[in-house]
Amino acid sequence: MLLQQLINGLTLGAVYALIALGYTMVYGILELINFAHGEIYMVGAYMTIISLSLLTATGLTAKSLILSLCIVMILTMMSCAAYGLTLERVAYRPLRSAPRLAPLISAIGMSIFLQNYVMLTQGSADKVFPHILPAGGLSLGNTSLTYLQIFIMTTSMFLMISLHAFIRKTRLGKAMRATAQDKKMASLVGINIDNVIMATFIIGSVLAAVAGFMVAMYYGLVNFYMGYVAGIKAFTAAVLGGIGNIQGAVLGGILLGVLESLGAAYISSEYKDAFAFIVLILILIFKPNGLLGERVPEKV
Amino acid sequence: MFRKRYKSIFASIWSGLLLLPFMGIGRSAIAAGILFAGFTLFTKTKDFITSPEGRILSHSVQDRICTIYGMLETTWIKRGFPVAILTLLLITPLTINNYYIDVLTITGIYAILALGLNIVVGLAGLLDLGYVAFYAVGAYSYGILNTQFGISFWPAILIGAILAAFAGMLLGMVTLRLRGDYLAIVTLGFLMIVHLVLNNWDEVTRGPNGILGIQSPSIGGFVFSEPIHFYYLILVLAVFTVFVINRINHSWIGRAWIAMRENEIAASAMGIDVTKMKILAFALGASWAGIAGVFFAGRYSFISPESFTFLETVLVLSMVVLGGMGSIPGVILGTALLIILPEIFRGFQDYRMLAFGGAMVLMMAFRPQGLIGSPRRKIELHG
Repeated sequence: MLLQQLINGLTLGAVYALIALGYTMVYGILELINFAHGEIYMVGAYMTIISLSLLTATGLTAKSLILSLCIVMILTMMSCAAYGLTLERVAYRPLRSAPRLAPLISAIGMSIFLQNYVMLTQGSADKVFPHILPAGGLSLGNTSLTYLQIFIMTTSMFLMISLHAFIRKTRLGKAMRATAQDKKMASLVGINIDNVIMATFIIGSVLAAVAGFMVAMYYGLVNFYMGYVAGIKAFTAAVLGGIGNIQGAVLGGILLGVLESLGAAYISSEYKDAFAFIVLILILIFKPNGLLGERVPEKV
Repeated sequence: MFRKRYKSIFASIWSGLLLLPFMGIGRSAIAAGILFAGFTLFTKTKDFITSPEGRILSHSVQDRICTIYGMLETTWIKRGFPVAILTLLLITPLTINNYYIDVLTITGIYAILALGLNIVVGLAGLLDLGYVAFYAVGAYSYGILNTQFGISFWPAILIGAILAAFAGMLLGMVTLRLRGDYLAIVTLGFLMIVHLVLNNWDEVTRGPNGILGIQSPSIGGFVFSEPIHFYYLILVLAVFTVFVINRINHSWIGRAWIAMRENEIAASAMGIDVTKMKILAFALGASWAGIAGVFFAGRYSFISPESFTFLETVLVLSMVVLGGMGSIPGVILGTALLIILPEIFRGFQDYRMLAFGGAMVLMMAFRPQGLIGSPRRKIELHG
């Protein structure tokens, strides 16, 4: 029982961590909470279902499941990247020098817009992921670990490690770190800030796309308001680990996933969604910089 | 010139591609076409305004608007305008049917909500996304007190306001140290917790079924039963709200909030107790939501968690943003527009929230001070 809950929690946590990375990266560079990030994840989940039904119509899914899932994943990543870019261009770039409240309200507006856009075009009923994945997995007594869970955990792990390597080793990653430290200084040494910000949004959105893809397969259900709760939880994860800190987001996501599935199993399943907020409030009161965050003095 | 045309072609093709998977080929092509027309119109207008002739024209138009504004500034118009509006509001319900009276009543409820949120967001500059939770506190306190303990409307309105103010103080104390965006998310989480409690604490709130059979208000032997009775009641409440908030706005408290919003550190250096003022803003803002909630429960005699969702917060927030943060006439105009426009465009009701979301983005980009901005706010938002 406990082990099973741990496995479920780790799977959930891996998804939260992927979304949390997008929040944390944008925050690190723009010092802005990308309120519409949860909607990008929702768009990703929808794209998965839409492109899969297209591929099923052409008959590719029946021939080769792996190939068609790969195509679905690539399409989802591409469209989410496009949505993320547009989001940045439309809602954030015109307000980059505006006071803090303006981009925040604009982001909330964007989030409402995207939710309703998906609801109007795709209908308000839940969309179902078709039963095409082979069931089964490893089991030990009462505890089972499905192949899908293994896939989710390994994919997330792989993405997180590559992100880490990307930020540490590549030129663009270095430019990102420089921009996060000091935007003006970075632009003085020849870094194109606009490109760095665009790259950040693309990476964040691609990670959210993968999260949406995996959740669509894992739960089998997709709806237009799924991004709202998932977004807040992933944000909590980012704050838990220390916002702006990449390892922190991963740690926070996994901790939150485990905490939530243990809480739902042992305390109360009705209040499952409340745990994240209670954690968020407690963290912000007692350790506002998060578990791995550094203490940053407020600039005057 | 060519580059600009190229740009709007690119933007519309790009949006068409974004829409493609969700809308299909035909509809996304139409949407892209409409967007192209919109972009072209926008760039043409912008080109014209920045061209020499356009500049002369726009200056003369601006001059004329300024003269009209100057005329409006004269004291007797300034005094007379609210009186004229009030007279209109007193007479109108005698000439329209019950349905429209109800629409006006709803406008009144939202006006009180929006004016209360305006204290927190517009004056104190704290983005509170959990505001509707206080509305729920008001509505449920009357619902529970009335159905369980038989307490009548008038004491309940006071109790509801006080309970909501306490809830506001609580939230204010918890979120004291948080800045803008953190505050937004924590208050949102607060709303979700309140919503979960309303849905799951069956013994007290009756869960998703809601509370039925709440008594209508009455004075002596007179029971408020017709829509028009409620209309005049909400009108009195709304006028009272405007009066009190206007007084607060122009008192030292209002000025302290604005100073705090502009620069917290400078404000506290000038001797403003930032902690106290923040909690005061939350408590005062919340108390209006509590009053609106009690009225809501009394008017419809039925409440359920469905009425207190995040979408309501968004609706109230868009009223404040559209009308003009910090400006009382602006907020009232925003409320009237957002309730009455959807009534006129009934056929497009599904697109309501889509339009609100889009409007929030566009307002922030093009007119952050709102339709009738407060002069001080305008300076702040333009940086």
